[in-house]
Amino acid sequence: MTLETYQTNGFYDELFERDGKPHASAKPLVDWIDTLTRPDLKRRQTAAEDALYQSGNTFNVYGDKKGTEKILPFDIIPRVVTAREWDKLERGIAQRITALNLFIQDIYNDQKIIKDGVIPAEMIFSSACYLKPCEGLKPPKGVWTHISGTDFVRDADGEFYVLEDNLRCPSGISYVLENRAVQKLITPQAFHTMKIRPVSNYGDQLYRALKYIAPDGRGDDAIVVVLTPGIYNSAYFEHAYLAQQMGVPLCQNSDLVVDDDKVFMRTTGGLVRVDVIYRRIDDEFIDPDVFRKDSLLGVPGIMRAYMKGNVSLANAPGTGIADDKAIYAYVPKIVKYYLDEDAIAQNVRTFICEDDAERSYVLDNLDKLVVKAVNLSGGYGMLIGPKSTKAEQKEFAEKIKAKPRDYIAQPTLALSRAPTLCGNAIEGRHVDFRPYSLYSDGIFTLPGGLTRVALKKGSLVVNSSQGGGSKDTWVLGEDDHILEGGA
Amino acid sequence: MMLSRVANSIYWMARYMERADNVARFIDVNTHLMLDLTLNREATQWFPLVATSGDDQTFSQRYKVADERNVLRFLTFDQKNPNSILHCIYRARENARTVREVLPVDVWEKINELYHLTQAHSRKRSVADLMDYYTQVRRTGHLMTGLMYNTMSRSQGWQFAHLGQMLERADKTARLLDVKYFLLLPQTSLLDTPFDAVQWGAVLKSVHALEMYRQRFHTINYKDVTQFLLFEKFFPRSVAFCLDEAAQTLSRLSQGIERPNKAIIEMAILTKTIAASEATQVIATGLHEFIDVLQYNMNLVDEAIYESFFKD
Repeated sequence: MTLETYQTNGFYDELFERDGKPHASAKPLVDWIDTLTRPDLKRRQTAAEDALYQSGNTFNVYGDKKGTEKILPFDIIPRVVTAREWDKLERGIAQRITALNLFIQDIYNDQKIIKDGVIPAEMIFSSACYLKPCEGLKPPKGVWTHISGTDFVRDADGEFYVLEDNLRCPSGISYVLENRAVQKLITPQAFHTMKIRPVSNYGDQLYRALKYIAPDGRGDDAIVVVLTPGIYNSAYFEHAYLAQQMGVPLCQNSDLVVDDDKVFMRTTGGLVRVDVIYRRIDDEFIDPDVFRKDSLLGVPGIMRAYMKGNVSLANAPGTGIADDKAIYAYVPKIVKYYLDEDAIAQNVRTFICEDDAERSYVLDNLDKLVVKAVNLSGGYGMLIGPKSTKAEQKEFAEKIKAKPRDYIAQPTLALSRAPTLCGNAIEGRHVDFRPYSLYSDGIFTLPGGLTRVALKKGSLVVNSSQGGGSKDTWVLGEDDHILEGGA
Repeated sequence: MMLSRVANSIYWMARYMERADNVARFIDVNTHLMLDLTLNREATQWFPLVATSGDDQTFSQRYKVADERNVLRFLTFDQKNPNSILHCIYRARENARTVREVLPVDVWEKINELYHLTQAHSRKRSVADLMDYYTQVRRTGHLMTGLMYNTMSRSQGWQFAHLGQMLERADKTARLLDVKYFLLLPQTSLLDTPFDAVQWGAVLKSVHALEMYRQRFHTINYKDVTQFLLFEKFFPRSVAFCLDEAAQTLSRLSQGIERPNKAIIEMAILTKTIAASEATQVIATGLHEFIDVLQYNMNLVDEAIYESFFKD
């Protein structure tokens, strides 16, 4: 009887109605959890953490000389997304990515959207994410954003809102797959309670999407690799994991060499041509000949090989322009402009500080709004108005006035909560949701995703760098879907 | 075909794991031997362990007395000893981490588990009661070898791991014999006494060879032990067996590679020498000198492997 005293405290809850009864869709899971004792739950929680620790999906604690390693905290109570909710999310994501991909292609080529006056030119060219070297670029098959992970949150009304589009090779997918594996290990019985869609074929789908963009004529023999900044990168586990899931080489920059505008890897049998690179190195570091000269992670000459069509990169460089938090405000217009459709996935109301009227509204309401730097992620460079001090508000006011283009503001949302094991009790904690999508001949969104949870009581910041953890996410299916065994 | 860097890492992962396993077994056997002997206990019996690892100089710089406590600390958890178990396991895991995309998940998890166990143990001050830990190191070594043997395709990854393991094992068996021979032989008054049999029995145990040796020679004496550990064709820890395996592995790895392969040439010299030798003759002309040349040639092979496969 572990959920008997659970309180929603007026927030939208992922498993419960406002009156304290479980959502119809979540009831079998809630009933099952309720049969467990607290010590049993706690024991399973510890077992899950041990399993993750042993699997080595850990990051080094910064500045710790003893080599202490930590896992991303994992909560064993899954989050449930109904088939209906998923259907809408999936359509919303596909529409959004289709439009953003057309937008990026347009921005680096014809710039019709600017000429037609939908987005002011200065919004584009003032963005730090606009990459001049990509002008005129036409990536293979017209795809720029092969891999993306759209961040959603739910507000008090229970509606999903897009928070960020994450079009620059977002990380976290390995947690989705690992969390599911651990959840199966720890609570196999729970999988019998409902129809859950599997996530385990992500590796296949990713490999197909990458192979799809191989240079013409390279056919079935095309070689796909993953490019990592190396073992000290905090997402190294994920890079190795994805290479393993696809059965392809995991390269560091020292493994690659460009010759005659083609990319080769150094193997035990000599140089072997590489065709597709899933690169997990940021745009500005990928080629010191073109972008940052001081980059030690990049491969000199790789951009020239790419521009000539001798190698394909995923994602294409330059996609960050559509990730700029000020451009984000224009996405509903972008969808309308390219697809002549209304956006299915809702945006959060966004105030652009570059705009005089909106800026003065923001400055007058700093205590109510969330302010974000347009080109930072990970919960950095952020002011959460209602939780901030006068001094912090003053500091942000100065920053905004100094560089208005660098900031946007949004109303503070009452993020939904999900029951989470906190010590020995189950309490509500705020969550977000990041499904992952692949763009090849169509758009595939993995039915699942990363639910990040702010473990600190009352906290709205779910980022792992700021005390966040994660949960397994169960997207429910219908009978005509492939389902996890046991359902 | 695999990335040169990956091949290099997997080769060294296997070498370091084999090294950790050997050190753990040497310590384990020596500890048990101490229980059998009372003679000159502290002074003479622990230092040979350090000599076996080839790090006597490093040891002498850092410790005054070669007693049980110091030697165990040096060989087990001393971070400044490049061949301590802790250091070997760190290096093995670090190498595994850079190539985990080519390893079966279980292999990685085992080595990771051992790494965390080692970290936990190394934080304790005392080196007493480490027997369980040494057992754990040896078990993990066997588990990893077994997992790889049973679950990995015989593509290049496995071949390089196998090559590394065989060369490391040949080196350690030779070294152990060299040191023990040097220490035990001067005590001529003890030759062919029960004391001698106990000592050489411990040497055999250190390389898991006691039972197999008995089936071959029945009684323990230094000449037959030398013959068995260096030249026995069918025992998987003898120098001859390990080098033969290494040679076969090298030739499999070299198939279809056009570039001149120095490793094959060096390896052939080595296996030829072994094939043409036997214990009586080697002892007559000097066992230490023979093993010295052997190790020199093994280093040449290692360098040639680097040149042929790992260097860009």
